[in-house]
Amino acid sequence: MTNEFVMPSSIDGADEYLASVAAQETRPGFSGWVIPADQNQVIIRHLKENFNYDFLSSVTGVDNYPDPTLEVVYHLFKSTGGGALVLHAQIDRNDPRIASMVPLYRGAEFQEREIWDLFGIQFEGHPDLRRILLWEGFDGHPLRKDWKEPFYEEDVKPYKSRWPEGKASLIEEQNPLRDNVQFPAGFTPKNWTPEGEKKLVDAVKSQPVSEELETDEMVLNLGPQHPSTHGVLRMITATEGEKIVSLKPVLGYLHRNHEKIGERNTFLQIMPYTDRLDYISSMSNNFGYALAVEKLMGITPPERADYIRVMMAELTRISSHMMANGFLLNDLGAYFTPSLYSLEERELLLDVFEAASGSRMMCNYFRFGGVARDVPPEVLVKVKDLVENRLPRKIDELDRYLTNNELVMVRTQGVGTLTDEQAINFSITGPILRASGVPYDIRRSDPYSIYERLEFDVVTKTHGDVYDRYLVRLEEMRQSVRILKQVLAQMPEGPVMTGKPVYQVRVPAGEAFGHVEAPKGELGFYVISDGKPNPKRYHVRAPSFINMTAMEQMSIGWKIADVMAVLGSVDIVLGEVDR
Amino acid sequence: MDKFDPNKDGVVIPPELQHQVTVTTLDKIYNWSRSKSMWPMMFGLACCAIEMICTAASRFDLARFGMEVMRSSPRQSDVMIIAGTVTKKMVPFIVRLYNQMAEPRYVIAMGSCASGGGPFKEGYNVVPGIDKYLPVDVYVAGCPPTPEALLNGLMTLQKKVETESIATSPWYSKKAEPVPVPLLGPDLIDLKKIDLFPIQIPVESQPEPPAASEVGGAE
Repeated sequence: MTNEFVMPSSIDGADEYLASVAAQETRPGFSGWVIPADQNQVIIRHLKENFNYDFLSSVTGVDNYPDPTLEVVYHLFKSTGGGALVLHAQIDRNDPRIASMVPLYRGAEFQEREIWDLFGIQFEGHPDLRRILLWEGFDGHPLRKDWKEPFYEEDVKPYKSRWPEGKASLIEEQNPLRDNVQFPAGFTPKNWTPEGEKKLVDAVKSQPVSEELETDEMVLNLGPQHPSTHGVLRMITATEGEKIVSLKPVLGYLHRNHEKIGERNTFLQIMPYTDRLDYISSMSNNFGYALAVEKLMGITPPERADYIRVMMAELTRISSHMMANGFLLNDLGAYFTPSLYSLEERELLLDVFEAASGSRMMCNYFRFGGVARDVPPEVLVKVKDLVENRLPRKIDELDRYLTNNELVMVRTQGVGTLTDEQAINFSITGPILRASGVPYDIRRSDPYSIYERLEFDVVTKTHGDVYDRYLVRLEEMRQSVRILKQVLAQMPEGPVMTGKPVYQVRVPAGEAFGHVEAPKGELGFYVISDGKPNPKRYHVRAPSFINMTAMEQMSIGWKIADVMAVLGSVDIVLGEVDR
Repeated sequence: MDKFDPNKDGVVIPPELQHQVTVTTLDKIYNWSRSKSMWPMMFGLACCAIEMICTAASRFDLARFGMEVMRSSPRQSDVMIIAGTVTKKMVPFIVRLYNQMAEPRYVIAMGSCASGGGPFKEGYNVVPGIDKYLPVDVYVAGCPPTPEALLNGLMTLQKKVETESIATSPWYSKKAEPVPVPLLGPDLIDLKKIDLFPIQIPVESQPEPPAASEVGGAE
């Protein structure tokens, strides 16, 4: 994974074009181009139309405080494969405005709303620029470096209060309200009117009601406490009869400030936090973050560590897809029976994780340059038994019970379809994209670790409906078993860590985007280091979050009960959606 | 069932009625039946919810304790398991759900986030512990707690329920006041502390209102 490999844009002439309109990035450790901020739409449109950069993977903001600039960073990919094209656009910190990418890529919609929410950058031409993770009326834009949270202690960890010689006191005692809150000077609730949810209802009702039929549009709220919303997701819908006219996901009910805390943490301290992103597949999250930081540090793990990593990532994929398929059936109304079958297998996999890492769910197993400790030999025997005997049999069993089930077929076939063009335009990744017929899998399109030498198929289906997403997940489990068989046969002996394990890693200045094919889709970590023990910017490109962008497209025209099926097939985890 | 012996109060039962009649106190039989059919609310917030699902699934099998009936509606549930990080955006909904539960109602703070903010305590959108808003009965430690720990927490709650009495329990002496639902303004506004506004720094803040009786959590 060298830098030469991720810059194939020199082949197709995109570099010549960019050299004529933009400046090569010159900061140490940075790659890509600095584009003029007022030209961003023109340049990216040209790249999309002439050089086939049709997949906008990630948009994020960076605060260069104390420099008076904010930055918007675009990561463009081709859906046919290849590395990232990174574009930086710098804008004035006091009046941050830039043209929106939504007319070109619908997938930018939620990401730009997030940047507006957390950095306060105005996107001109964005159809629905509201706060997304926090609520309307919140005071400030929290990811700006000069914005301090109520429990602020110091800029970076480790805090003095956590050392024995420092003063040990509860942070609450320094807050006037003894709570995690802060208010603007002079604020009093007595002469303040709550903002309410008018903006939210207006956003969902903006669609015109049909003229011929004199029907009333009804606004229906789903969640955040709802038996099939997969956590604290809330959706607000406008319906005509029972038909969905418009639907807006309302996010942020689990916004745990992952990125703000991450920028205060040291590099290694972030690792356990990544477990809690997609908490069903913590090993995949570790993988992505370890890759990003290893790219910055310029180290590679030893052979055996690579094999252990891939083994853990594929076991995670099986457990996550098991749960996804089980809970899809839950949402269809098969109350808990199929998920009990899935959870039974998941427990066996959790035993493997617990034996290797010490924890069932929050593994915190990967380190920069390897893994925390070697896998005990008896665990490998157990994995071998699972892979050779139990899992293929159980996957076939699930297949036999569900795939040809009349009710499953009627409820899912043709529901919530997404064409390949739409899916790429919405920046969808993972099984949803592959069910729409696009063979895009990071393990093949931008290979990392040892996937290049492993044999497996990228599973695709053609209809792009809920049923095909279910089938893709089922087949991917079989492919994971196939990978695991090869991994177990080829796993070499040797060390599992490059160098000595240290608490404080030295990370040179620069930027890196490490991405893996997590069970939910492309999980990317964008890390900027300025040579200090803490990252300057730490951003997670969360697949569940971006896949939610297409929720409205997939639901329009279907009934309320079908929305649940669509949601089940998107397979979100709220820890990752809201971060 | 180990502690439950309905006949131990020294009431003499005639031999002909033995094995047919049981004499006990109302509290005992009432608490026994309540504690053996605690219905949790199906309500997950974050990572801990997955362990809660695992606890309910076949390996750990919550049904052994009469608790497998997870209700989606607060009106039908007895205990609310706060399974995960409580955020400022979510806490008005949690308080509303708690107010909608029928009395007597109990709260279990599952995991370190719900107990005290956990690893996310310093976050700007995180409530450092649900006990700032709701009276918590049992705290369960862990991040996330293993299913065994949650089971221990639920059994601790059962023991607590068995010590209650209809005569002295607050649920029956007066109508329980609903917890005021916090508001989302520039930041989360706790209506219990509304008299402290506008905030002058430094200010002597009032002590926290005492929570309902607490039983030591499963450590």
